[in-house]
Amino acid sequence: MLEFSLHNAWLIPLLPLLAFALIGLAMHRWPSVSAMISILSIGISMLLSALVAVLVFSLSPGEIYEASVRWLSMPGLQVNMGMLVDPLAAVMLVVVTGVAFLVQVYSLGYMKGDPGIASYFGYQSLFAASMLGLVLANNFGQIFVFWELVGVCSYFLIGFWFGKYSARDAAIKAFVTNRVGDFGFLLGILFLQIVFGTLNFQELSAAIPGYTNAAVLLPIAVLLFFGPVGKSAQFPLHVWLPDAMEGPTPVSALIHAATMVAAGVYLVARAFFIFNAIPQAMTLIAIVGGLTALFAASIAIAQNDIKRILAYSTLSQLGYMMMALGVGAMTAGVFHLMTHAFFKSLLFLGAGSVIIGMHEEQDIWKMGNIAPKMPVTTWTFIIGALALAGIPPLSGFWSKDEILLGAYASGHTGLYILGVLVAFLTAFYMFRLVFVAFFGKNTAGRDKAHESPAVMTIPLLVLAVAAVLAGLVNSPLMHHVFGHFINAPGAIQPHPNTAIIVFSTLAALSGILLAWLIYQREVIKAEVIKEKFSMAYKVLYNKYYIDEIYGWLGVRLVDGAARVLFWFDIHVINGFVNLTAWFTGKSGETLRYTEDGQVQTYAIYMFAGVVIVLITALCGVFTALA
Amino acid sequence: MEFPVLSTTLFVPVIGAILIMALPAKKTGAIKNIAAVSTLASLVLSLLVFIAYDRQQGSMQFTEMIPWVQDLGVNYALGVDGISIPLVLLTNLIGFSAVFASWKIEERVREFFSLLLLLITGVMGTFIATDLFIFFLFYEVVVIPIYLLVIMFGSSKRVTKEYAGMKLTIYLLIGSAFLLTGLIALFVKARAITGVPSMDLVHLASLDYPLTFEIMVFAFMAFGFGTLLSMFPFHAWSPDGYAGAPTAVSMIHAGVLKKIGGYGLIRIGLLVLPGGARIIAPVIAVLALGNVVYAAYICLSQKDLKYIVGYSSVSHMGYVLIGIAALNLISINGAIMMMFAHGVMAALFFAMIGNLYEKSHTRNVDDFGGLAHQMPRLAAGFMIAGLASLGLPGMVNFIGEFTIFVGAFSTYKVFTIIAVTGIVLTAVYILRALGYVLFGPRKPEWDHLQDLKGPEMVPLMVLGTAILLGGIFPFTIMDLINSGVGEIIAQIGTLYVGGVL
Repeated sequence: MLEFSLHNAWLIPLLPLLAFALIGLAMHRWPSVSAMISILSIGISMLLSALVAVLVFSLSPGEIYEASVRWLSMPGLQVNMGMLVDPLAAVMLVVVTGVAFLVQVYSLGYMKGDPGIASYFGYQSLFAASMLGLVLANNFGQIFVFWELVGVCSYFLIGFWFGKYSARDAAIKAFVTNRVGDFGFLLGILFLQIVFGTLNFQELSAAIPGYTNAAVLLPIAVLLFFGPVGKSAQFPLHVWLPDAMEGPTPVSALIHAATMVAAGVYLVARAFFIFNAIPQAMTLIAIVGGLTALFAASIAIAQNDIKRILAYSTLSQLGYMMMALGVGAMTAGVFHLMTHAFFKSLLFLGAGSVIIGMHEEQDIWKMGNIAPKMPVTTWTFIIGALALAGIPPLSGFWSKDEILLGAYASGHTGLYILGVLVAFLTAFYMFRLVFVAFFGKNTAGRDKAHESPAVMTIPLLVLAVAAVLAGLVNSPLMHHVFGHFINAPGAIQPHPNTAIIVFSTLAALSGILLAWLIYQREVIKAEVIKEKFSMAYKVLYNKYYIDEIYGWLGVRLVDGAARVLFWFDIHVINGFVNLTAWFTGKSGETLRYTEDGQVQTYAIYMFAGVVIVLITALCGVFTALA
Repeated sequence: MEFPVLSTTLFVPVIGAILIMALPAKKTGAIKNIAAVSTLASLVLSLLVFIAYDRQQGSMQFTEMIPWVQDLGVNYALGVDGISIPLVLLTNLIGFSAVFASWKIEERVREFFSLLLLLITGVMGTFIATDLFIFFLFYEVVVIPIYLLVIMFGSSKRVTKEYAGMKLTIYLLIGSAFLLTGLIALFVKARAITGVPSMDLVHLASLDYPLTFEIMVFAFMAFGFGTLLSMFPFHAWSPDGYAGAPTAVSMIHAGVLKKIGGYGLIRIGLLVLPGGARIIAPVIAVLALGNVVYAAYICLSQKDLKYIVGYSSVSHMGYVLIGIAALNLISINGAIMMMFAHGVMAALFFAMIGNLYEKSHTRNVDDFGGLAHQMPRLAAGFMIAGLASLGLPGMVNFIGEFTIFVGAFSTYKVFTIIAVTGIVLTAVYILRALGYVLFGPRKPEWDHLQDLKGPEMVPLMVLGTAILLGGIFPFTIMDLINSGVGEIIAQIGTLYVGGVL
């Protein structure tokens, strides 16, 4: 059975793909049938993934399974569709199928009554198939294909409620911003193909250690990193992710928190052998990740929309993962990817439950005192928030701690301090959200909130269990089994350090305490802080005005240039064409004395003119020949 | 004698046209049915050729030859290989779809469909002919129906249909004048070398010409074929021409007719004059960047859907040009794939735009909004064409672009980097246009529009299927192309892509 699941791991993406085809071609008239097909297929994929993981983790760490079929090939270029099953892929398979399954079940409740349910589940299946194809990819060509496909699923699902201008614009923004990243990613892939003649991960990882020309490897690494910067919404391409919250909340949980946005982190981990060969590239990754973590966390403290707070939190946590990879702590980065997938999807689904319970309200200041009416949602949300804040012994504690440890042990003291600061901010903004929305003085929550149905709360409970326990796999309690398997040559695996554990926990606790003092006890009034630091607050509330700057640049540079070039095309190039035609026509007229006004005649004149030119040229040719 | 499958494929539409002309003008139903059946027959036959062609054996197959003008060495010679089969198939996919895209035409039906069928035969003939004279003959056959169809059935917006038709025709003629000059020079020179008059392409390709001669004649060809392929800055006919032309002509013109330019550059330019090609290729590569970037920028400023797709088509031809100019197996494979891919995509786009225009009488992006509410199938058609256009994997266009980029990158690093920016610009203008037309709140003024149904679905089904199948199973087409290009490359003798740095 285990062997079967491994050799047939290609079924894991294929089943959701078949579900998509079935829904798209035949079943779209029957919403509940479509939903069932989709959930059933991802359910089977989840079981297969679990079997694969069990098998992979029972082998010795270095063992992998690889198989592929020819897809696009010619002498000098070979792109296969294949699968590479190793511990890294196995973890991702379990995370993706698990969260996708729970999110789809939850969607049964959340999307109830929506006219587009069939297509919703169709896109969900296509997304699952693409994401799983990406995870299993054994070469850069394949990963690029699925990379784009998860992007287009994201586009469709952000714009799912396409009747809204905001959803439409957010979808376009997401796709285009990602395309900017993919521009570099694609160039990196082209470079790899030209330099090494292969795109296969195993072959490249064998070739790169012996390749010493850093002047070539550095641009390759930097260009490849463009892709993760776009997909994992790192600064400066982060602008699309907060807007992506226009999509249905389960989509935000699955795609824009747990899985797709983590694909960038996954890619860096997968291609760790390339980045790790170039210290400057690693530094770049670490700095981009660290900056994004701090920058997004600072924005999150000034937002009022429950989903936007979580979105900036996701940005920040993705930055954390990137930073981990950049300092060389590959295990820590992937470990945090996994724990984050569980607790962040829990938080998003919890937020979705609140939004439904509050009748489409997303402003935390218009909530308040929800806790009594929505106990399951509230307490699972708090578990998620504690896990995110990194309070022991929840999952986020273990993974965040490893990242800080990695930064410290690798000598990146500045990034370590930054990481502790982010841990503090994270605890603060999360518990600002918890205290205001769930326990706030506003009675709106108590008056109108209602708990969500079991189909939504059960996934919350399951994810809450995962958010509590998932961290144990890389704890001393389980002998760091995760790090034993998920590792890369050259990656660091520092020994635990009690001081670091104490510091980071204190930072998180003080963040919670401060949030409690301000937003629960109101020892310090939030309004007073807002007024006192009105400039800073405005900058944070407006997300450092980066969207405005991009918008201005886009309009001035791109659309401005477009108009100038169109003017050039109409007046210069076409002007020249029309002038030639006019000149030819006039000459013909003059020679003919008469002017009959027939369009056809003009055509003949022009042609005659051209022929004369040509004959002259032809004479030239023949003279040259003679 | 074997069954002359190529001649049959080629002349079934002509037979259809003759039958149509024999019918009374008011029997519009019968006329349309004849057009549909004859294009379907050609499509089925070309699919059979596509399947039956022996990829292992390669070279020209299904050949036919009848001596014609013996003094000039002209033969009625047909044959197909891995380069021409995708384009023959493309012609028939689009031809069949174009008939259904024109199903609503009610005036001068007889003239319309007979000219359309002649046009299809003319285009197909250029891809099937293995004799230069026959090639040129078919090329000229194309000009007449195009001109008549545009001025009789076109539409006037920014420019009048008369202006558009004339511009289109004159550019075609200028191109063909240069070609003719080049062809005659080639014929004369070859006869001087061997003493035997011949128009046979394989024969002409087997000779060695002096380098200056090759450069000069290739320059003529590059200008003639380049104009046809809307090479910058000789592209001015293309957006205006498509905008003025009726739907079916836009589909065929953007879809396959301009591909004659790319096909000719490869088949006659590279194959016969490799020395000239090597010298002039960098110039083409530079101009190709003009196509890719300049035209993509202009798309951003356009409001008329047909102009957007028109300029977009100019932009995408830049990929084909840089693929050809990079002169290696991978890039040329990509260029041919891209011609096929762009053909089905552009034809689908124009079919959808034509359908919408027919019902709403406007093509301005700002007039629409939220059309996906009223017309979900049309929206699906637009999305497939749009996503294909921006090179989404899973669509055949991605295969073309990716292959071109890999091939071109090994020859021109900087140029290719600039060309790859096209994927970002394309995403911007395509998604904007589609977003503004299809998404947003429902507009009640368009509630009367009917979604695609019946015959209107045919272009979407046929072309959409081709886009997806080609994208999901690229080896079906690429292996065929590769079998044809492999032979060319042996002739030009350039590098393969591999560990070269």
